[in-house]
Amino acid sequence: MTKKILDIQNLKREFKMGEEIVRALKGISFSVDEGEFITIMGASGSGKTTLLNILGCLDKPTEGVYLLDGVNIGKLSRNELAKIRNEKIGFVFQSYNLLPRTSAIENVELPLLYNPAVSKSEREKRALVSLEAVKLSDRKDHLPNQMSGGQQQRVAIARALINHPVMILADEATGNLDTKTSYEIMALIQELNQQGKTIVFVTHEPDIASFSSRTITLRDGRIIRDARNENIRSAKKALAELPVSEEIEG
Amino acid sequence: MKLTNLLQIAIRALQRNKLRALLTMLGIIIGVAAVIAMVAIGQGSKQSIQAQLSSMGSNMITVRPYSNVTVGGGARLDQSGLQTLTLNDIKAIQSESKFINEVSPAVSARGQVINGNKNWPTQIMGVSPDYLKIRDWSLKEGVSFNNENIAAAAKVCLVGQTIVNNLFNPGEDPVGKIIRFNKIPFTIIGVLSAKGENAFGSDQDDIILAPYTTVQQRILAIPYIQNIYAASTSESTTDSAVAELTNILRKSHKLKPSDDDDFLIRTMSELINTFSSTSQLLTVLLTAIAAISLVIGGIGIMNIMYVSVTERTKEIGLRMSIGARGIDILMQFLIEAIVISIIGGIIGVLLGIGASQLISIFLKWPTLISVSSIVISFAVCGITGIFFGYYPAVKASRLDPIEALHYE
Ligand SMILES: Nc1ncnc2c1ncn2[C@@H]1O[C@H](COP(=O)(O)OP(=O)(O)O)[C@@H](O)[C@H]1O
Ligand SMILES: [Mg+2]
Repeated sequence: MTKKILDIQNLKREFKMGEEIVRALKGISFSVDEGEFITIMGASGSGKTTLLNILGCLDKPTEGVYLLDGVNIGKLSRNELAKIRNEKIGFVFQSYNLLPRTSAIENVELPLLYNPAVSKSEREKRALVSLEAVKLSDRKDHLPNQMSGGQQQRVAIARALINHPVMILADEATGNLDTKTSYEIMALIQELNQQGKTIVFVTHEPDIASFSSRTITLRDGRIIRDARNENIRSAKKALAELPVSEEIEG
Repeated sequence: MKLTNLLQIAIRALQRNKLRALLTMLGIIIGVAAVIAMVAIGQGSKQSIQAQLSSMGSNMITVRPYSNVTVGGGARLDQSGLQTLTLNDIKAIQSESKFINEVSPAVSARGQVINGNKNWPTQIMGVSPDYLKIRDWSLKEGVSFNNENIAAAAKVCLVGQTIVNNLFNPGEDPVGKIIRFNKIPFTIIGVLSAKGENAFGSDQDDIILAPYTTVQQRILAIPYIQNIYAASTSESTTDSAVAELTNILRKSHKLKPSDDDDFLIRTMSELINTFSSTSQLLTVLLTAIAAISLVIGGIGIMNIMYVSVTERTKEIGLRMSIGARGIDILMQFLIEAIVISIIGGIIGVLLGIGASQLISIFLKWPTLISVSSIVISFAVCGITGIFFGYYPAVKASRLDPIEALHYE
């Protein structure tokens, strides 16, 4: 019996814009098992980011139940949500969000600075392990502006991994990258998934979705499709099959 | 949240933008340096004035005649025209007083003093041998006159250093020489040690001391005395001595209870207090000016911290998304502000001490660096940091993580 990492029922999110009420999510229900690699697809404005923000405990639903790792998120305070984000969730953003003028290793260490249980030496050790996992241990002292977009995103993934989260949430994490670099990132994500990490990956590119084990498609704040992917592509293979002319790092 | 982690976060954030941190500090640096230097100047001048005043004799009490009575068309009598103080007063004081150790009458005259072909305008003062004790004045050479000289109205004198410098060649021994004051010959029996200028800037060494009887009889031809100098048994008994003196003089002058005093008593400690409070006022004023610049420095911190919070909105969003609580963000910005103001404070203290040294070396102003001014400006720096860093920090901590993350 696999463990349910997250379970949402009839999730709604409404935004008040003056008089008007924007219904970004209109009743979403699904659950994710440990070790799944899910992509959330949908056109721009369909509610993907809104959903991911709730899954990432950055936002609370207007209505509905959200259980993360068995904990009912709806009942938690702001500070408790911060603790959940720190201990259970790893975020990867479209624009990397690394601290400028701060070395790769220090960027990776950052989440552990907000965890008083982790000592300085352990923090440094785990940051190195994380950087190794994204194959950047040789760049640990590089600053963000000395790295390519792909490398920066890998640092961001290492940062997401350092607190051993129960799931990694990515919002258009390949949106700023060219095809080859996107595939490299997807190969890394697939590798992490094979090691057992649960991944929820928002994208609007079907190409990227084909690397995941399940795709949930949103339209207008509702799920219109939730399908297991019978034919998962390997990002590594896709990378090898790329025409040579595409080999420009982004 | 561990404090060491917060400190590390704040310090790393400052290191990422050293120039800005330095510019933010500038106001604090200047403010603190100004406070330290201003207080040093104020304290220095206070101390040197006090030292100068004590050089005039810190237990000294002076009595001069005084009258509110007006004559003719309402003009008050000049004090030299008043003849209320007499040698009987001195005798009364000597026999009745408990709080007064020494007492000396004083009569003085101005005139030209001549030695051979050299002459010099100066003052001769007739006193008793006690006068030297009252003024805490020692002899450089020779001996003082004694009671026999007083009784004989002897034509002997002690001369101040300025007189020696103006009437004698360098290296010449004045003791035993005869000088003439207003044509009357005086034998110099001693030379007074140099006292320098007094607090009012007049030269204390430009004086000839002689037995008061000599000056009374041979120069002024008066029976009364002009001033009384006395020394209380100690600085702390000065007030009792003054009260006692008042009683003795009122009795000796046969004043009725309804009569006003016909004399005026002044003490050195009074004078010291007057000057101290003047220089105290100076210190307060200078410090106030400096404190204002410190507040302006604090506002500078607030200003730049606000800009910094806006500029680093995305960073704040990221920190929140990886688990920073509102309080962590608040503490980070607060600590940044405090670290800035404390480092600024340290630089300011060093700069202030340096500036005070330069002032005393190049401008020759006395300065005194007080530990309390350093401690206080440090405390003010910390408080400034907390006070002016608090609102920007609160603003940062209240940001919505999602909005902050997507802030461009
Ligand atoms: N903070 C907000 N205030 C008001 N409306 C919002 C807010 N966030 C999102 N929305 C609205 O919710 C809908 C879904 O947005 P979003 O989740 O960002 O879509 P996607 O990520 O799929 O492009 C959009 O119509 C958007 O305008
Ligand atoms: Mg989006």
